[in-house]
Amino acid sequence: MLDFGVRFALTVSQIGVVMVAVLLTVAALTLLERKVLSWMQDRMGPMEVGPYGILQPVADGLKLFFKEDIIPAGANRVMFMMAPVLSLVPALIGFAVIPFGPNWTVEIFDVEFKPFIISDINIGILYILAFTSIGAYGIILGGWSSNSKYSLLGGLRAAAQLISYELNVGLSIVGVLLLTGSLSMVAITEAQAGGFWNWYFFAFPFPQAIAFGVFIISAVAETNRVPFDLPEAESELVAGFFTEYSGMRFAFFFLAEYANMILVSCVATVLFFGGWQAPFTFLQGTGSFMWVSGIFWFAFKVSAFLFFFFWIRATLPRLRYDQLMRFGWKVLLPIAIGNIVLTAIFAYIFPGS
Amino acid sequence: MASFVFFYFAGVIVLTATLVVALRNPIYSALSLLVMFFHVAGLYVTLHAEFLAAVQIIVYAGAILVLYLFVVMLLNVKREERFHGQASVAMFLGVTLLTEAILLVFLSEGPMFPAAVANTSELVTGNTKSIGQVLFSTYLFPFEVASLILLVAMVGAVILSKKGILDPKS
Repeated sequence: MLDFGVRFALTVSQIGVVMVAVLLTVAALTLLERKVLSWMQDRMGPMEVGPYGILQPVADGLKLFFKEDIIPAGANRVMFMMAPVLSLVPALIGFAVIPFGPNWTVEIFDVEFKPFIISDINIGILYILAFTSIGAYGIILGGWSSNSKYSLLGGLRAAAQLISYELNVGLSIVGVLLLTGSLSMVAITEAQAGGFWNWYFFAFPFPQAIAFGVFIISAVAETNRVPFDLPEAESELVAGFFTEYSGMRFAFFFLAEYANMILVSCVATVLFFGGWQAPFTFLQGTGSFMWVSGIFWFAFKVSAFLFFFFWIRATLPRLRYDQLMRFGWKVLLPIAIGNIVLTAIFAYIFPGS
Repeated sequence: MASFVFFYFAGVIVLTATLVVALRNPIYSALSLLVMFFHVAGLYVTLHAEFLAAVQIIVYAGAILVLYLFVVMLLNVKREERFHGQASVAMFLGVTLLTEAILLVFLSEGPMFPAAVANTSELVTGNTKSIGQVLFSTYLFPFEVASLILLVAMVGAVILSKKGILDPKS
């Protein structure tokens, strides 16, 4: 019974730490995105709240918290209230299988405990795919229940876009799974140990650089970011599926979008860039320093991806809707399938490498 | 404990499956189907079939049901028609199957619940691997037949949606 209690307390505190870290990162991202965009456009960005505007997320949060919560007349109340939760929960739940550091075991009160891995299930990557696909329901139902033509159109676009690009995400990671021979995130990270040339982006026998290209494009589309933010295209649909939302419910959609961004960055890091592994083994350090460097490299790679998200937002214009669908089905899908075929052939010719 | 979990999942599955056909608003029907898919996945997890559980959610809840919702929302059906023409056929089949199920439960010999699944072999190799091995050795022929049927269905869908592909003049 004591065992169970200790295990329960450890797991809950672990989940708490990860949740707080993710939500703090989201808060920091809202400021960073505005700052980075401003610098790219030769502006200052938010400067008023605190030194260099660093307290802007706090002010934004307070504003959203005290805003009136409006439910439009004729809206489906239950669905309208449930939709933001349905989109936030799947975004946060995916972090459960991400390995943030080395696969160590620590014994606390005779209970084996892995400090950097909440849970290592043998279908880790499928678990993440399953829950990101559930996130679509929040968007679709939010669009439908608002009783507004803009919301409905945004929801419909989101549904079509998410189904199309989810397929490409799934197919682009198959190459990595073929080379690893496992679906566990921990096993995938450990298979890329020993220098950056072992990361699947570069790895022998068949570098997954093409697959990574497909993955990152589809990931941008799945998180509804520019240039694929058709569900919320403000020049056509006001704000898309969350036109009618205000206050905390709006904030939930916002949090979900940024949490999803962090999640796909983590997945890209783990699958293609070696997770917490340093680019050279001497940079990894030894002994207890290893966990510091592990966390550092993981955070560094994830931040690089997040910066990439801001960068393309500042660079690329939005696609037209039919172009988006054509690109997904006629360009990305054949590339992803071709990558699977080639990877399978190379993995067969050079087994066990 | 195990049977309590089973009865929870089974109860919710039966309830939501009934609601799918009993509710009047098609969107609510789709949502109760979503709840049902999740509980079926939960049932798979209790049987140590995590791979099947994940596939269940990705394929059914993540893709097929989203497509249903998409169509329902696009057509904007507020209330579907009740009692279609096939109601009498459905009634006949339903009563027959129900009687059969009840008879099976009461007339069958041996224990009503099979013993707990022995999971030692799966834990060693991982159940994705064991599914793959079984699929490509013991069940290779049914697997290929299924893939052929899917291919035919795909070609059929392309031909049906492309107007004029069978018409030599155009």
